[in-house]
Amino acid sequence: MSGASIGSVLDYSRRVVPAFTTILLILLAQLPLPIPFFPDVAPALPLMAVYYWVVFRPDLMPRLLVFAVGLFQDALIGAPFGLTALIYLLVHAFVLNQRRFLVGKPFWIFWSGFAIVTPVAALLTWTLASVLRAAAMPTDVVLVGMVLTVVCFPVVAWALLHCQRWLVGSAQPS
Amino acid sequence: MSVAGLAVPVRVWGQRFAFLGLLAIAFALMLLSKAETDALERARTAIVDATVPVLDVMSRPVEAGRAAAQSVESFFIVRAENERLREENARLLRWMLMARQLEVENATLRAQLDFVPEAAPRAITARVVADTGGAFFHSLLINAGAQQFVRRGQAVVSHGALVGRVAEVGERSARVLLLTDLNSRIPAIVESTGDRVIVTGNNTPWPSLTYLASSSPVSAGDRVLTSGHGGVFPPGLVIGVVAEASEARVTIQPAVPLARVSEARILDYGVNGILPAPEDMPARSAAPVAAPAPAAAAEPGR
Repeated sequence: MSGASIGSVLDYSRRVVPAFTTILLILLAQLPLPIPFFPDVAPALPLMAVYYWVVFRPDLMPRLLVFAVGLFQDALIGAPFGLTALIYLLVHAFVLNQRRFLVGKPFWIFWSGFAIVTPVAALLTWTLASVLRAAAMPTDVVLVGMVLTVVCFPVVAWALLHCQRWLVGSAQPS
Repeated sequence: MSVAGLAVPVRVWGQRFAFLGLLAIAFALMLLSKAETDALERARTAIVDATVPVLDVMSRPVEAGRAAAQSVESFFIVRAENERLREENARLLRWMLMARQLEVENATLRAQLDFVPEAAPRAITARVVADTGGAFFHSLLINAGAQQFVRRGQAVVSHGALVGRVAEVGERSARVLLLTDLNSRIPAIVESTGDRVIVTGNNTPWPSLTYLASSSPVSAGDRVLTSGHGGVFPPGLVIGVVAEASEARVTIQPAVPLARVSEARILDYGVNGILPAPEDMPARSAAPVAAPAPAAAAEPGR
């Protein structure tokens, strides 16, 4: 195999890191942890990955990928197809629009951005799920889940940051 | 305007259309899913089937951690546990004697009546590889599917108590709808009063009892069992105990802590009558259950 083709394979594998980490977080979020009530309030790990990559490498987290990842999550969790995909599409559009306020700023601004995105996404999911299932969904666990999501964000962001540093790099087209 | 000048607005409009198009697709898919479109359900089982082997591997460390935690825990309570087990053993030995006598008596009576015994259920044991859903959807994924003769509608138990029913079946995976899910309806009977009720999931950890007569003397602590009505669940499986019995609502606490279910037994009572004959079942994955109705036989003294 020539050097150039090895290089292109490496380059290609770099480019799929955002997709791969997002799918990995979807799978991790489904693990059957033996903690009472945890599945109800589990932090929304994939949302963190979508937010992170849209801010730092929007070129590697395009709209179509966000949509596909959402559909995959819907298939896995038994939700109507399109529910999570729709939420991720809206998050993608919103974050892409506000990206210039988040890039190159201190971490707490980046985190605050996520703290705005999470409740909006949670409220939208709650509303859509309630409409689709024709019953008001519980609100208390959603609130706890939201808080946990925001609180856990730095840990996941730290891990993703290292993934980016080692594997992806920060070069981004305008 | 030059061609280059047009290119940017065209791209912007293209992106907007792509965004709106995907939004429209998402909405359309949601409506089609709501209508339980066959093609979408097949796509879902295909995706789950492809993912379950990965989840199976990923969930092994969780299981190992759980086992390690349990062994550490049991090390610290070994004395108390020993005491408890001795007591239980003494109690169970008395029950065993009584059960032997009853067995003999039953056999005699059945022989006199030419009684045709109920077939013992076959059971398939599967690992829970994912606890999916969250606040809005309550289900589990297990690593057994159509290849292991799992069928839609079969009852799923863990530690002798009901967990839910099989809702979707792939080739080597299946989704178990937990009894706490909004879509779960289980015909049941309150053991102490004999009231027929429906255990209705409400997406909280405490399903409610519906169609209970308002004059019923149900109180907290009463056991709730499956009634077998409707032919989906076998009768006599423990569902849980009444947790709250007020004027406004009656809720139950499921007998199994649903978050701790790591292995599930799928009971095949042949209630739907479309199952293969016993000789077609693979011997490894289909061991008969010893007691015909494990839950009903357990703890008769309570």
